[in-house]
Amino acid sequence: MNTDVAAAHHVSITREGSKILRHVSFAIEPGKIVGLIGPSGSGKTTLMRALVGLQKVSEGTVDVLGMPAGSSALRDRVGYMAQSPSVYEDLSVAQNIRYFARVLGYPKTEVDRVISVVDLQAQRRQLVSTLSGGQRARVSLAIALLGRPALLVLDEPTVGLDPVLRERLWELFRTLREDGVTLIISSHVMEEASRCDQLLLIRDGRLLANDTVANILSSTSTSSVEEAFLKLVLPHKKAKEGYLQ
Amino acid sequence: MRATFATTWRILQQLFRDHRTLALLWLVPTLLLVLLRYMYDNQLSVFDSVGPLLLVIFPFVTMFLVTSITTLRERTRGTLERLMTLSMSKPSLILGYALAFALLAIIQIGLISFVAFGLLDLNMQGSPVLVASVALLIAVLGVALGLLASAFARSEFQAVQFMPAFIFPQFLLCGLLVPRDTMAEWLRWASDIFPLTYAVEALRQLSAHADITDTLRNDLVVLSCWVLGALLLASLTLRRKTK
Repeated sequence: MNTDVAAAHHVSITREGSKILRHVSFAIEPGKIVGLIGPSGSGKTTLMRALVGLQKVSEGTVDVLGMPAGSSALRDRVGYMAQSPSVYEDLSVAQNIRYFARVLGYPKTEVDRVISVVDLQAQRRQLVSTLSGGQRARVSLAIALLGRPALLVLDEPTVGLDPVLRERLWELFRTLREDGVTLIISSHVMEEASRCDQLLLIRDGRLLANDTVANILSSTSTSSVEEAFLKLVLPHKKAKEGYLQ
Repeated sequence: MRATFATTWRILQQLFRDHRTLALLWLVPTLLLVLLRYMYDNQLSVFDSVGPLLLVIFPFVTMFLVTSITTLRERTRGTLERLMTLSMSKPSLILGYALAFALLAIIQIGLISFVAFGLLDLNMQGSPVLVASVALLIAVLGVALGLLASAFARSEFQAVQFMPAFIFPQFLLCGLLVPRDTMAEWLRWASDIFPLTYAVEALRQLSAHADITDTLRNDLVVLSCWVLGALLLASLTLRRKTK
């Protein structure tokens, strides 16, 4: 029996003639925080959209919780938070969350629960348009948390946040992991990689590495993810330079 | 059904916060009708023949615009995509939209009918309730076409310009400006297809006859088919996946 929370098998995605992802394969075990790390434009968002069934896969397959990604049975088992907040600016925090809860068929208590999880009780009646960027991201996160999904796919949830808020979000992620939730979190900040249990390093649509932080550092004999990333990218360049000399 | 009503309620909540839009939606058509009445102060027979037509064209146009922009916002701000990841069924979303704007149209048409028949003594053979019901059907047609049009717009700027693109040809050929039987044949074919033609014809029937004529019944059938067709097409334009 396959226990992987999510798995990609030789996934390639071509959009408007350009290859966004090339032969990406990986498997994610439950109860982990997985970092999808790479520079912007590397294909992180496309990969995440494929995981939640929003992106058509040109080749290969993506499975989530033993089903093809995007199956309707996954609707309340996978929570997705896009890079842009994707909430209604002209509604209050509570109105936004209540709407999505109603669509999914959850009671009011679930709305109150996710509001307190993301710590927005004080802002619940405030219009989203008057919130700060970090608060908006938390409204979006609260919606992704509705119904306690087994897998959370979060696209750059900490981008643009100050260090204090970022730390608090990571505390929340760790709490969720303790509850058995698997989290796939993308970031282009290498520093955040060290907080993850497993890393998927991605560049130009190719998976450079898929391992724990410790293993990636030891196999590249480096001391930071940033260095490791450069070392994994550079062999090709070094080879080219050597050839030129 | 639960998701449909949730969507209707959510859209109404959004609109009720936007007082200016509501005022524009509800008061402008009424004020324009008053303006028209006093433009023809000395020729009330002209007001009696043009007034009923404006009673349907205002709701049709405003509902088209408001719906297409609201839907476009949903498409561009990522909330539509979020709803798609929640496996919201497309028809229930589209119905939620149609219902919310139909409710707004009921208020709009109620107001404009009250002013037309109660205050300005607009003279029509058909009963005001019947006229208002036909106007509502035509407003819902505006909603349905607006939902459909939003699929072809990439920005709000484009969406606004779809109004003349979708509506002006219908307006020019609906028989208001030139009698339909004097048009070139190919124009009349186009006119035979456009829903606004049937809307205008229906209102003319109501102007001249107190009871429901066969022509009126035929017009209402064609209009209902257009509403259903446009709603169906609009729900097909909601894509769950990007290619």
